Amino acid sequence: MFVVLLVLAVVLGSVVFHMWSPWWWSDIASNWVGMDDTIILTFWITGAVFVAIGLFMAYCIWKYRYDKNKKAEYEPENAKLEWALTIITTIGVIALLAPGLIVWNNFVTVPKGAYEIEVVGQQWGWSYRLPGKDGILGTTDIKNINDDNPYGLNMDDPYSLDDVLIDGDDLHILNNQPLKLNLRALDVLHDFYVPQFRAKMDMVPGMITYYWFTPIKTGTYEILCAEYCGTGHYAMLGYVVVDEQGDYDEWLSEQMTFEEVLASNGKSDLIKLALNKKNDF
Amino acid sequence: MAADSYDDVAKSKDSIPALEVAPQDLYHAKSFWTKYIFCQDAKVIGIQYALTAAAIGMVGLVSSWLMRMQIAFPGLIPMDAAAYYQLVTMHGMIMVVYLLTALFLGGFGNFLIPLMVGARDMVFPYVNMVSYWVFFLAVLILAASYFVPGGPTGAGWTLYPPQAITSGTPGGDGLGIVLMLVSLAVFVIGFTMGGLNYVITVLQARTRGMTLMRLPLTVWGIFTATVLALFAFPALFVAGIMMTLDNMLGTSFFMPAIVEFGERLSYDGGSPILFQHLFWFFGHPEVYIVALPAFGIVSDLISVHARKNIFGYRMMVWAIVIIGGLSFIVWAHHMYVAGMNPWFGFFFATTTLIIAVPTAIKVYNWVLTLWRGNIKLTLPMLFSIAFIITFVNGGLTGLFLGNVAVDVPLSDTYFVVAHFHMVMGIAPVLVILGSIYHWFPLITGRFLNERLGRIHFWVTFIGSYSIYFPMHYLGFMGVTRRYFEVFEGDAFTYSITGINQFITVAALITGAAQFLFFYNIIVSSKLGKKAGKNPWKACSLEWQTPDVPPTHGNFGKDLPVVYRWAYDYSVPGSDNDYITQDTPPSAVANAKAEQT
Repeated sequence: MFVVLLVLAVVLGSVVFHMWSPWWWSDIASNWVGMDDTIILTFWITGAVFVAIGLFMAYCIWKYRYDKNKKAEYEPENAKLEWALTIITTIGVIALLAPGLIVWNNFVTVPKGAYEIEVVGQQWGWSYRLPGKDGILGTTDIKNINDDNPYGLNMDDPYSLDDVLIDGDDLHILNNQPLKLNLRALDVLHDFYVPQFRAKMDMVPGMITYYWFTPIKTGTYEILCAEYCGTGHYAMLGYVVVDEQGDYDEWLSEQMTFEEVLASNGKSDLIKLALNKKNDF
Repeated sequence: MAADSYDDVAKSKDSIPALEVAPQDLYHAKSFWTKYIFCQDAKVIGIQYALTAAAIGMVGLVSSWLMRMQIAFPGLIPMDAAAYYQLVTMHGMIMVVYLLTALFLGGFGNFLIPLMVGARDMVFPYVNMVSYWVFFLAVLILAASYFVPGGPTGAGWTLYPPQAITSGTPGGDGLGIVLMLVSLAVFVIGFTMGGLNYVITVLQARTRGMTLMRLPLTVWGIFTATVLALFAFPALFVAGIMMTLDNMLGTSFFMPAIVEFGERLSYDGGSPILFQHLFWFFGHPEVYIVALPAFGIVSDLISVHARKNIFGYRMMVWAIVIIGGLSFIVWAHHMYVAGMNPWFGFFFATTTLIIAVPTAIKVYNWVLTLWRGNIKLTLPMLFSIAFIITFVNGGLTGLFLGNVAVDVPLSDTYFVVAHFHMVMGIAPVLVILGSIYHWFPLITGRFLNERLGRIHFWVTFIGSYSIYFPMHYLGFMGVTRRYFEVFEGDAFTYSITGINQFITVAALITGAAQFLFFYNIIVSSKLGKKAGKNPWKACSLEWQTPDVPPTHGNFGKDLPVVYRWAYDYSVPGSDNDYITQDTPPSAVANAKAEQT
């Protein structure tokens, strides 16, 4: 009969652990409160089911323990009961799915007016690109990548030269501004993940993926790579800083554009080439 | 009760259809080699499968110990990041494919299907024998990868390209990944031979009276899982071949143009996500390839040891079949944040959550089988109870991950690790353990030692729950998986070192208990208490053989004839609390059996 106590201990112990656990998510720093809420809702529904089944089972094991003078009930089927349980379960599933799909719909619908930046992942670090004064990210091609052009920007794209390149520095983003991250990987899969923002999406070489969010709290946050990317996966860390406008502008003014990077490398011939293309355009 | 003459039975008042195919003679082995090594008896082949799977499974178990040591006590066992990722990869692949799949289908399938359906053997005994040896070869190839330069692949068991075949991954630019892919392809070939056998045996070789709706749920589970595997493994097979071509011949099925460490590789135009689709088209049914046999077997264990018919048998059969069907249209729920078209999320979240309904029905029916039963707390029953708790827990956390918006924060964290270990690691293993305690008397004629078994049960259940329940909370915090060095930072509200150490200690103890179990098996097979015939008083056919353990050909001179389902326990009006499947109605005239 110890097993009855064991089942009770596991069920009630799980509930107690949940209530007392210091291991819980950190305060959210993005607009994805809906994800947290859906988790909490799922917790209530699934938790209730877990406790109910566990307690009922403990009751059955104790109440119907073996007695050689007794006989089990013989009831092969009970259509009414089975259908009732099926319908209740279906309702529970709909209650979980519907809010989940609504949040997902928000997640995949980038709001108009979100500003865009690019995150580039490669083994094993992060770099970033901002659209610059023209507000548009220049197009890229992996075949263009070389020492002078680590992002693979297209030289004949008029939107390229003013792009701001952030390589080896923290990323700064604006508080309370919807932001679309364009995600690019140069070698293998990566995933740009900040636990406090909740959102994530794999970065896949050969294509550009994206997600959006609105930071809601200033501060410095750690970036973790969330998709296994080889031996250095665990060390692919970084920082993102959420700034108010003033701090952000100050930071931005210290960053170099693609044109400035080329110039500082003594590649004015390349700039001239690109500018000619731009004038043609 | 075997019928003396087939014609008699056909004409008798218990009317049973006549035999459609004349009985075939079996291959009779004469030498040691054909009897025990290249054996064509499904029971021996099942044991060969089980022992091989257990042996390579031990490598998987020790791998998990080592990586848990690195997570909790870094430096205590010296290893670099490459070694850690190799351990993670081999642990995953061994446990899912070479242990669980091989054990459930090759092991239990071979041993139980012919006995339970009332056949003398599998329909193609020779192919069955070859199937085992091909599986054995696959295991050897896998093991060989430990001994090549660079060691085995460290690509993670999902083997996602491009990293699986690039130099930033251990074994990615050497033989490690090649041997892994070849081993998988060989495994699929071997499995296909066995799988066709299981399916055709169930469809064609059932004894007279054994209608499909009289099959024990064990057979339904293994049968459906095998059908899934026959459809799912080809996707893995082609993905493996295509990746091998990318790796060896420079094709670009899965490889886009990439720059690795400043060097432009010669690939262009391939799609890494295509591989993920193929992998999970196999990988998701694979979850049910492991789960459905467990569902079936545990239904039988609960029924036998609660002395009560399984509740809602027909619903249980349909639930197995429906889950099997649905498992082919949910695969991309593993890829919600993989960069596929986001609109797929709506479809796959919906199909995924629909699966919860038939799965929940199965859970209800197990518990309702206990309800108003007469429950014997034998070891198989204890493990079944532990399975239900574990499976309910793991199944419910699936509702988090399946619901696409909730998956976004949780994917690639320890929540996923905890979920799939609960639902397709621990839960099926608990069933395997319970079923070994259950069928060991049939295999060897002896019981396993009860005292050791009880210790094994308590440590295994409490231990495994202690490992994986707290692990979910790491996932809520956002702790990412596959980190060689645990990251402690501001992102987490509380230190994760202590909880990781607790989990590791629990894992070491739980793992050690399994060696106690192996010891029990070895000792009890020679010295265990004699079991005699049908010690659990079970109804199904495997316990009704004239010899225990059953000999070659299973059923002596005549095959049994089946008159009822496998669950006539505690039938009102009958003298015993069980009526075996081969008992004709005329022999138990007073019993008021409702379902046949």
